[in-house]
Amino acid sequence: MKRRDTRAALLFLSPWIVGFAVFTAWPILYSGYLSLTDYDVINDPAFIGFENYARLFSDPKVALALGNTLFFTAVQVPAYVIVSLALAVLLQQAGRASGFFRTVFFLPKMTPPVAVGILFLLLFNGQSGLFNAALGVVGIDGPSWTTDGSWVKPGLVIMSLWTVGSSVLILLAALRGVPEELYDSAKIDGAGSWRRLTSVTLPMISPALFFVVVVNTIAGLQTFDEAYTAFFGAGNTTYANDAALFYVIYLFQQAFEFLHMGYASAMAWLLFLIVMIVTAIQMVVSRRLVHYEGASR
Amino acid sequence: MSADVDVVPAAAPRPQPPVARPARRRATSPRRRVVRWVVGIALVAAGIVFAYPFVWLISASFKPRGEVFDNRLIPKTFTWDNYVQVWQEAPLALWLLNTAIVTVLAAGAVTISSAMVAWGFSYYRFRGRGVLFALVLGSMMLPGAVTMIPTFLIWNALGQVGSLTPMWAHNLFGSAFYIFLLRQFMLALPRDLFDAARVDGANAWQLFWRIALPLSRPAIAVTLVFEVQAVWTDLMRSLIYLRDASTFTIPRGLKALVDAFGFGGEWHWEILVTASVITTLPMIVLFFVAQRHIVEGVVAGGVKG
Repeated sequence: MKRRDTRAALLFLSPWIVGFAVFTAWPILYSGYLSLTDYDVINDPAFIGFENYARLFSDPKVALALGNTLFFTAVQVPAYVIVSLALAVLLQQAGRASGFFRTVFFLPKMTPPVAVGILFLLLFNGQSGLFNAALGVVGIDGPSWTTDGSWVKPGLVIMSLWTVGSSVLILLAALRGVPEELYDSAKIDGAGSWRRLTSVTLPMISPALFFVVVVNTIAGLQTFDEAYTAFFGAGNTTYANDAALFYVIYLFQQAFEFLHMGYASAMAWLLFLIVMIVTAIQMVVSRRLVHYEGASR
Repeated sequence: MSADVDVVPAAAPRPQPPVARPARRRATSPRRRVVRWVVGIALVAAGIVFAYPFVWLISASFKPRGEVFDNRLIPKTFTWDNYVQVWQEAPLALWLLNTAIVTVLAAGAVTISSAMVAWGFSYYRFRGRGVLFALVLGSMMLPGAVTMIPTFLIWNALGQVGSLTPMWAHNLFGSAFYIFLLRQFMLALPRDLFDAARVDGANAWQLFWRIALPLSRPAIAVTLVFEVQAVWTDLMRSLIYLRDASTFTIPRGLKALVDAFGFGGEWHWEILVTASVITTLPMIVLFFVAQRHIVEGVVAGGVKG
């Protein structure tokens, strides 16, 4: 019976085992090999050693794209987490209206990113966009969000806050999981509402917060859809868009527009390294800040 | 819309933290009443901020070309022309159909295959299980960019670039996130049930197909909805694999419209706005139909993650 069980288990796992071998393991190995070659799809890969990697460090566009991406992620993730936490706290207090507002906050997540990109170009239009019109109401003369290089990324950050829906839901679920007794005993001990937030709520939901931070950081480092839609593509000659050149966009261009598959593979490995380092740092920091109840993990 | 989504699905045997505690309404001290007003006003304000772009988009799609930017909520001149024109300019029906085909195949494939794998991981104990599952989790961290190029080369070698196949066929092999989600759910199914069924002569496949799968319906629904959303909005894969406008999916088609009616010269905002509305609507409908499951799914996938 034991051996039969192992056989059955392997049968159930077989789709993943095959898929892992073909679509993960082999691509990883082959990508590693390609990164050491010059390859344009048409001709066979030509081995060039570490030339692609050396080029990475002398390519100003890699530096630009990397800088854009890190800046965007560093601004976007904290803003995203604060906004989703604030909305989650509001929803928790909302009582019966909570279901309605939860829907409203989640809907943008269901909008195709390409449509969000189009919307961005419209709402953030410098002269006649809705966003600047709204700023005008409170007496602020809004910048040219879509054409002024220094405002493109802040604009994209603001736009990304529109799609916080799923993080809000995760944090809301975590907030609801905090046992009421903890609040009651904190109150007895004389803790005010701010103190209860920092000493009870935040530690108790820290695993969910950590999850949201990590997932959004990884996603932020791979930003593509909205920025590509709004600033890149066939027929676009106004490349004032270096400000929106994110790392994965440049990688995509190198691979599928210029057919520099070897170079793009090297870029992919650099991205992998960066994701690993950033995630590792977050893990180390989290060990001090994230509070796991029990030892079930 | 249900007033309050219960986070614990009816069939979920998994222990959950206490949810939906009775509304705290004991004391209505003046201070508490102020807090409630502040919360209410903040919620309504945030709600307007989140809903307004939708309303604006829909409204703009009914405005003639010159008035798209006028920021009126109710169009000064109401027109259907944009919808007529979009329908003539772009094979939207075909794109919707392509997307629907890809979406159904992708979501169906990933759900069944991921459920199989999840079942293999959750019910059976075998040597190497921990290592294999660590590989599943590890593959979630791998940036898509690393596997993107070799995967393209595989489909290229198979002569499938330009067809819809690469848009979904990899889903036949399961997907790490869903395997994880479904496994979490299946781990909590009562083992006795399966042991009893085995005594009654059920074979391994029957255990999975006739018992485990139906019991996992909430998690299955989540997987389906998430994948439908992911495929419906997937731009990069469609940029890589689709070549001819007749095979375009919605995101690729929309991008083609941006290129043609935007970057190509003068911006035809009315076309882009209207096409955005048409292509977003199916997702909105899906959301309202599957709301409950989406919320449960995010909760299950997130907090346990």
